[in-house]
Amino acid sequence: MNTSSVHQAMSGVWAQLDGFRDGMLRFALLQLRNRSVAEDAVQEAMLAALEGAQRFDSRSQLKTWVFSILKHKIIDIIRQRSREPLLDCATDELPEDAFDPLFSERGHWQKAERPSDWGNPEKSLENTRFWTVFEACLDHLPENTARIFMMREFLGLDTEEICKAVGITPTNCWVVLHRARMGLRLCLEETWFDTGRK
Amino acid sequence: MLNCKQATALMSQEQDRPLDLKERLGLRFHVSMCAGCRNFRKQMAFLHEACAHYPDAATKQQEDDRDPV
Repeated sequence: MNTSSVHQAMSGVWAQLDGFRDGMLRFALLQLRNRSVAEDAVQEAMLAALEGAQRFDSRSQLKTWVFSILKHKIIDIIRQRSREPLLDCATDELPEDAFDPLFSERGHWQKAERPSDWGNPEKSLENTRFWTVFEACLDHLPENTARIFMMREFLGLDTEEICKAVGITPTNCWVVLHRARMGLRLCLEETWFDTGRK
Repeated sequence: MLNCKQATALMSQEQDRPLDLKERLGLRFHVSMCAGCRNFRKQMAFLHEACAHYPDAATKQQEDDRDPV
């Protein structure tokens, strides 16, 4: 390969990577909640992905790869941050009794609050509007609660790694994750799954 | 015996750690009798699945706009 064909191939890959930019930025922004930090992380991930990108012959492989680089960048940023100020009071963001009204005194679902059957929710994954609602619901969670949830579910860190990164105990971590899921499912039920069947 | 509130905590935690035998049996028994918690459990699994799909979905719209295949 001569220099100009290498150059051509690189710019082709760059154009493909650029096609993922908006999605990567949304992914990073949800987790970092700071536009310039998120933009830097995306830019760095794209540059890092450029190297060796020739190995991938499908768009989806390239996408998976650049996202895995981006995930590592986000993990690094979160780790660096946590060495400075600890995430304060992560467990206090959603108070312990935040979801108590859903349950009776004996801890059973109130009739009106009983989780409904979402049918075939996987169908929603193909719907662009669902993802707008999903993002809004994530954004609606308190910042640290959402961040810990996304460290678990988006970045795939286990509880122990999350504990280390944000300085909370495993028990607290499970509690925060539980509240995050309670909040998210309630938000999705109210704004997406229940609206369709009324 | 578990109530729904305790069961939801376990159904979240089973996404994050292996439950012990007592927890598993307690949960199985509760869920077998409680339709609300059966739905809740499916919803937890769906949340996990949705998060795994998020990167793909987030980039899809932009790709559709720019690159009709």
